Amino acid sequence: MATEILMPALSPTMEEGTLAKWLIKEGDTVSSGDILAEIETDKATMEFEAVDEGVVGKILVAEGTSGVKVNTAIAVLIEEGESADSIASSATPAPAEPEPSEATQTPVAAPVQARVIEEELPEGTTYKTQTVREALRDAMSEEMRSDETVYLMGEEVAEYQGAYKVSQGMLDEFGSKRVIDTPITEHGFTGIAVGAAFGGLRPIVEFMTFNFAMQAIDQIINSAAKTLYMSGGQMGAPMVFRGPNGAAARVGAQHSQDYAAWYAHIPGLKVVQPYSAADAKGLLKSAIRDPNPVIFLENEILYGQSFEVPDMDDYTVPIGKARIWQEGDDITLVSFGIGMKYALEAAEILGAEGISVEVIDLRSIRPLDTETIINSVMKTNRCVTIEEGFPVCSIGNHISSVLMQEAFDYLDAPVINCTGKDVPMPYAANLEKLALVTTDEVVSAAKSVLYR
Amino acid sequence: MAKKKSTANVSKDELLSFYKEMLLIRRFEEKAGQLYGMGLIGGFCHLYIGQEAVVVGLEAAAEEGDKRVTSYRDHGHMLACGMEPNGVMAELTGREGGYSKGKGGSMHMFSKEKHFYGGHGIVGAQVPIGAGLAFADKYLGNGRVTFAYFGDGAANQGQVYETFNMAALWDLPVVFVIENNQYAMGTAQQRSTSSPEIYERGKAFGIPGEAVDGMDVLAVKAAGEKAVGHCRSGKGPYILEVKTYRYRGHSMSDPAKYRTREEVQKMRDEKDPIDHVRDMLITGKHASEDELKAIDKDIKKIVNESAEFAKESPEPAVEELWTDIYAEVV
Ligand SMILES: Cc1ncc(C[n+]2csc(CCOP(=O)(O)OP(=O)(O)O)c2C)c(N)n1
Ligand SMILES: [Mg+2]
Repeated sequence: MATEILMPALSPTMEEGTLAKWLIKEGDTVSSGDILAEIETDKATMEFEAVDEGVVGKILVAEGTSGVKVNTAIAVLIEEGESADSIASSATPAPAEPEPSEATQTPVAAPVQARVIEEELPEGTTYKTQTVREALRDAMSEEMRSDETVYLMGEEVAEYQGAYKVSQGMLDEFGSKRVIDTPITEHGFTGIAVGAAFGGLRPIVEFMTFNFAMQAIDQIINSAAKTLYMSGGQMGAPMVFRGPNGAAARVGAQHSQDYAAWYAHIPGLKVVQPYSAADAKGLLKSAIRDPNPVIFLENEILYGQSFEVPDMDDYTVPIGKARIWQEGDDITLVSFGIGMKYALEAAEILGAEGISVEVIDLRSIRPLDTETIINSVMKTNRCVTIEEGFPVCSIGNHISSVLMQEAFDYLDAPVINCTGKDVPMPYAANLEKLALVTTDEVVSAAKSVLYR
Repeated sequence: MAKKKSTANVSKDELLSFYKEMLLIRRFEEKAGQLYGMGLIGGFCHLYIGQEAVVVGLEAAAEEGDKRVTSYRDHGHMLACGMEPNGVMAELTGREGGYSKGKGGSMHMFSKEKHFYGGHGIVGAQVPIGAGLAFADKYLGNGRVTFAYFGDGAANQGQVYETFNMAALWDLPVVFVIENNQYAMGTAQQRSTSSPEIYERGKAFGIPGEAVDGMDVLAVKAAGEKAVGHCRSGKGPYILEVKTYRYRGHSMSDPAKYRTREEVQKMRDEKDPIDHVRDMLITGKHASEDELKAIDKDIKKIVNESAEFAKESPEPAVEELWTDIYAEVV
């Protein structure tokens, strides 16, 4: 009986991949554990092992093919003595439809064109297409080239090239003195980095994800954030804490939390959470130069997303300044990080219905660019905030309070906060989608403040 | 690990049960890997293939009512302590029939009935939790012992040493089982650990420890019995550093480029814990090739059924999103 070999999913966020290389050919006998092919995901090249045994009857997808969807038949195994001819036609690559999962997956496709507004770039600036992952790496590398005291430390940042491949190539360029693999001791290595910052260096601490930074939060808050104040301004901690934050896909409650509101609570910290690759790059460079501890919140799902990034020697984005992605008159949507995905999708849907939407990407959470939000609301008189974090004491709650106190007379409706649900992140695919904020919820919140 | 494997006096029944339990874990994990590739299992999925002798040997040293707690690499521990393959597999696929109703996933499963306290996703966090379980048992005076499993990477966590101190101070009945599979993700042990003998790290706290060949289920069981005896007699904690090896990547998305294929193959060829028992069964004339084939077939059947169950069990009802967040006040 012929068995189809299907394109495997090789990471939590993989939907398609490149069939880089076949290590078998038609007619070969394979047994379980043999390596069949090398498959490139967005993060790595993986070896793909056989589970079943048999003879390779037919290879259906040629090596070098990219964009092969998960669960597409890529080859057919037959039993000893069986003929391959019978299956040749029936097994044309008819992709078994993968489960739709648009809610948590990124379209890895077309780069998003930033409709940059209020950006002061030199005349004639050109752009290049980059993923967020590459932009972050470039930001760190550029700063490390220009400042000897900047160094990177964290789990798997060096030899493994980054757990999410953000620091790819950096060990080669900067050596193990400046790109340092640590043991799994978040509390300890964060304390060491804080000490190094007190001692005159500018550490970049990568957390494999911010979930694990909870073990280090005492050092981040009690040591890094408060020392400048407690020392009467004598010494502080110029350093960056960075890594993926928020939900990835299907990794459950302990690995899927958005910490924006936690860190935003703390005087002494700056907190940024970029959406686009340009902002990721520009803000990270600013964060590394900033004399304060900066919490730099990334997102795993955005790592592989491409954007237009200004192609210049030293592109920086000021911390504390929001970006207006799209101007509009009827309603203001305020978001940050991956929340922007829902905001922009909702804006598109609302726009098609003739509603003029202004979309603000905060980029920085602390300091918060309240001026841009207030000015916008003075114009539109309505506001919906969007974030993936929990609803209680959320960033949206804070914005609502600011608007109530400073733009009360301009509001024609209560501010609605669209957030993740007030539940630990469930693992089940269907529940996970519901637990996150959805575009539909943003659209209906917008309509409700517009009384439509 | 260089020394010869034990071939001590061991009954046919015991050997056969070791064989079946280890094979069940291996086949289950292979199936899980396959379902992951098909997109039926999502997120992180950490396979236990290669390490089977550790839990199987230690479970043989445990008594009814003893507790266990481990990391995210937990499928083997659950099967070994008697949890149902169906319920475990259905949790991996995120379905209603899973041990956590689909809400926990691969890394977060529990069974009060089998005294399995998780499945923890934060490296090292299960170590103080394990000591806490032992604290409760000592407090209640019920004579139970807890196995707290953790990795060579987790062994560098500060909370482990805070726990060692208190466990020794209070004579807690906990066996700290360090499953040293030589890697923490892509980091080989010598790149993260200042002194290689992790079992000696209890010395500073007065906790006895020993290294064990974790590819030899009989050696593991013997060491487990000694450790459990120590704990149960009220002498406090014990450390077992079980030297083992994982054949697969850290999780399904790890290309494992930090070691050679030859290194893995050598382990598989020379140290495989299942082959070891298989050889003893055959050479001791306890079982014929045919009998072992029949066992293999039975186990494949159990595993295939669990996969079917895990595919057919429905997704959790939408209302489940909002349940189990707070316990009812009674
Ligand atoms: C506090 C924390 N830091 C980092 C991680 C990411 N992480 C998951 S498993 C792992 C490696 C652990 O290795 P080890 O303790 O040897 O256990 P093994 O996976 O080998 O069983 C890392 C770094 C985590 N889950 N928790
Ligand atoms: Mg390990």
